[in-house]
Amino acid sequence: MQLSILFPAIVNGILNGALYALVALGLTLVYGVLHIINFAHGALLTAALFAAFYLYLIFGLDPYIALLILTPAFFVVGYVLQRFVIGPFSHGDDSNTLLVTLGLAVIIENGLLFAFRGDTRTVDLSYSFAVVPFAGMFISVPRLVGFGGAVAVAALLWLLLTLTDTGKAIRAVAKEKLGAQLSGIDVPHIYALTFGLGAACVAVAACLLIPTYYVNPHVGNAFVLVAFTTVVLGGMGSIPGALIGGLFVGLIESLCGLYLGESLGQIGIFLMFILVLLFRPSGLLGARA
Amino acid sequence: MNRGGFLPIVVVVAALACVPLAVHSDLVLNFLVTALLLTLAGQGWNVLGGYGGQYSFGHAAFFGTGAYTTAILQTRYGLNAWPAFALAITAGATMGAAIGALTFPSGLRGSYFALVTLAFAEVLRILASVAPVTGAGVGILIRLDPGLHALQFSSRAVSYWFILSLVATALVATRLIERSRFGAWLVAVREGEAAARALGVDPTRVKLTAMTVSAAFTAAAGCFYVQHFLFIDAPIAYGPWISVEALLASIIGGVGTAFGPLLGALMVKTLGEAAKLITGDAPGLDLMLYGLVLILVVGIAPRGVAGIGVRCRTWLARRHIRAGGSTA
Amino acid sequence: MPNNRKRFTRRKFLRSTALTAMASATGVIAAPSLLRAQGGAVKIGFLQPVSGALAYSGQQGRLGAAIAVDEINAAGGIKDVGKIEALLGDAQSTPEGGNAEVEKMNSAGVSAIVGGYGSSICLATSQTAARYDLPYLVDVGVTDAIVTRGLKNTFRFGPGFGVIAKTALANLVAINEAAGKPAKTVMIVHEDSAFGSGLAKLLSEQLPVGGFQILETIPHPTPTRDFNNVVLKIKAADPDIVIPANYYNEYVLLARTMQQQQVRPKAAIYSVLGGAASSYKFVKEFQQAAQFIMDCNHWFDPRNAKAQALKSKVEAKGQFFTYEVYLNYSCTLLLADAIERAKSSDRAKIIETLSTSTFAGHVMPYGPTKFVNGQNQGAVPTNTQVIGSDIQVILPEAFASAKAVYPMPRA
Repeated sequence: MQLSILFPAIVNGILNGALYALVALGLTLVYGVLHIINFAHGALLTAALFAAFYLYLIFGLDPYIALLILTPAFFVVGYVLQRFVIGPFSHGDDSNTLLVTLGLAVIIENGLLFAFRGDTRTVDLSYSFAVVPFAGMFISVPRLVGFGGAVAVAALLWLLLTLTDTGKAIRAVAKEKLGAQLSGIDVPHIYALTFGLGAACVAVAACLLIPTYYVNPHVGNAFVLVAFTTVVLGGMGSIPGALIGGLFVGLIESLCGLYLGESLGQIGIFLMFILVLLFRPSGLLGARA
Repeated sequence: MNRGGFLPIVVVVAALACVPLAVHSDLVLNFLVTALLLTLAGQGWNVLGGYGGQYSFGHAAFFGTGAYTTAILQTRYGLNAWPAFALAITAGATMGAAIGALTFPSGLRGSYFALVTLAFAEVLRILASVAPVTGAGVGILIRLDPGLHALQFSSRAVSYWFILSLVATALVATRLIERSRFGAWLVAVREGEAAARALGVDPTRVKLTAMTVSAAFTAAAGCFYVQHFLFIDAPIAYGPWISVEALLASIIGGVGTAFGPLLGALMVKTLGEAAKLITGDAPGLDLMLYGLVLILVVGIAPRGVAGIGVRCRTWLARRHIRAGGSTA
Repeated sequence: MPNNRKRFTRRKFLRSTALTAMASATGVIAAPSLLRAQGGAVKIGFLQPVSGALAYSGQQGRLGAAIAVDEINAAGGIKDVGKIEALLGDAQSTPEGGNAEVEKMNSAGVSAIVGGYGSSICLATSQTAARYDLPYLVDVGVTDAIVTRGLKNTFRFGPGFGVIAKTALANLVAINEAAGKPAKTVMIVHEDSAFGSGLAKLLSEQLPVGGFQILETIPHPTPTRDFNNVVLKIKAADPDIVIPANYYNEYVLLARTMQQQQVRPKAAIYSVLGGAASSYKFVKEFQQAAQFIMDCNHWFDPRNAKAQALKSKVEAKGQFFTYEVYLNYSCTLLLADAIERAKSSDRAKIIETLSTSTFAGHVMPYGPTKFVNGQNQGAVPTNTQVIGSDIQVILPEAFASAKAVYPMPRA
């Protein structure tokens, strides 16, 4: 393989990986604390993309600015969903949570289909095609911003979890729910808060994704499996793990795609997924199981 | 654990078998055939997930293996549909054993196990979409040849009886497992692996056996799908849809119960059709209703429909005690 | 597209979604005013995947059929038979979903079914319909297997793979020769399911015969999240022609990525059944990336007044005039004609009249209608090219609206 393709492929992989990391951050947080596999994650991403799209279409809001509105908005949405829908309806049973999030995913996706039809929509921004020449290739500026965004969000989340009282409460609940409860921590509130944070991350991911991607009711599904792989690779519940895991997944995907073809190359992600789960289930940076 | 008898199974199967005699509508029969197909897939899932407590997100791996094997044997090697069916079930069971052999010794459990099964199904899907033997992206089309010799049914009633016989076999097998020592070990593993090990049960062996049986049932469902639709491709065979539907049916109907998948499949399919009927032609609206009812059902009957039966009995028993009687 | 959002005010948005919601809640889709003739004399089933991955195509297909039904009923229905009662079915983008709908429609006593869209859906649905000797008219589904199974009830009005690949190649050779044969090397980028793989296989066999050298064939999944690596390969191989065969979303991503990476094949992007290459939506939203892209695809007859009228109608509703619309429109008219000639809504009679149909009242640029084994022999694809802000027909010459710009000018 010529070097002239290899190096840009690596860069592409890392830039894609940043996006996967962004999507996975919310997922790993939710898993790490609530210990639930959130089937609705892809649907939330789709909803956030629609929100960003319509903010652009109606108010002319640039997605990077819409980010400031959507992040808190989706935080609230996530909080409400967990507090008043998922939590109560699951009765604390994992398999039921699965079904409830599945039901939510179906509702959200089809709600968007019903309201907005199946058309594929895109935003055309002045910088959609802006590129930075680098080592014989052109790097898309929005994707660079996406990379920066992923790092920034991961850093912010990590700071939140480590330094703030709320963050400590979250970590306490993640580690030892009963003990945290006995210490006076309001567990349902923390759960809802965490889910809200997860949804907020997804909103950021959507705003950073939309300049170079498209929007339709099924778009989030393409990212779900790859997000799960990232979470597992990085270690469930680990924020830095999700970031590094995402970059790594993107890299693997790109290299496998290069050598095996885009179709067969996808196998690289899942083979890696399996290998990690079989030999190091705690992931790169997760707590030792 | 419920140690029911075989009589309920006989009664239910007999009742179901009489349906085509009373109902001649192909619409209803087709609906029931689809529901039973889902039941069979769910029954497979239920052995491992309900009784064994190992939730799999990748049962498509077995569905697809069964489907593709029978399709390939018929189209490429000209094998008759009946032996192909049997061989395909064996292939599916082998896939189950293989995946189990890879995953159980590592001690993967819970969500980790669920996700790894999903990954296996995805690997198979990708391979099937590029490999020439599976027809790659184009898929495999089985030649239309209606008649029992080719296991293709010109009569809906006959195809209904065929899938019903498969479901009945699975019901009996499940009941047998329930009442056997193996079944006790399986439940012991579900309730607590460490404790089971302390009692002398080998969890890995038990789970592996359960996985193999589980895979065989779901593979049979895959084979039937191919005989019914005469077409298979990678997303149909190994896509997440069947994995999700199988677990959905089992959980809704009641995990770890013999009739759970049947009840769940009927409920889920009925819900889908009812939603369409109520909401008319607007795209997506019926599915929204479906999702909503799903959530409500989970909220009201967390142990599944069969679980409602258990709760009723418990509630009645409690009233009986309070009223001064015994729980005999 | 910088200014299209200014026209879309908040009021319009609220109105459109509220209207859609309300209208849908009353069982009537807002976009086409579907006259569900209460108790029409002849029931026809219209099956489309209006939810799931193929939702957009399904909705467009429904639109085309609905307009046809409206027009027929407004003129008093089918002569000597009566008005059409349309039964709409959602295939949910899966064969099982399609199947269930066929059963429902059969139970409801339809005389025929139109639609399916996706090849794998059509395979299952036409087969099920065959059980009941229910005439089934495939709207799009291009896989040749649909009409080679010996099913008497299945008809396809549009072209299949085989014809499309052959025509595409013949036209490419013609275009290339007319310009002095500037192109020799080719790269195929196709999606990896039935449609893309099937087409790629046919093209791979025929391109060398036409004098072209295939440098590389790149399959990709649907959906594909990123095309940068694919574009890198194109850049490295530097083919004269790139042949894409994929669905709308992936086509858009590919085209945009090529523009971004400033990768242009020397002679042309010549797509075959390109998801977006001959889509007005694509041209409107990505005019720059779409420039000079050629497509060999389903297309309407621009000389036909009915076609132009249909186009205006569809655009007046705020929708794009896509192939699903006019194919379904034509199929519905074809079916109505067959019913009229059969003078009844009896299924067997309709199959009979369909198989002997010479219907010319459609809006497609086909040769004379003649069904052999269910396939319309007159069906052909058309070559188009995006020039400026419009899509021009470049072949066949009989109704070409522009000459091919080939090879593509340097950027």
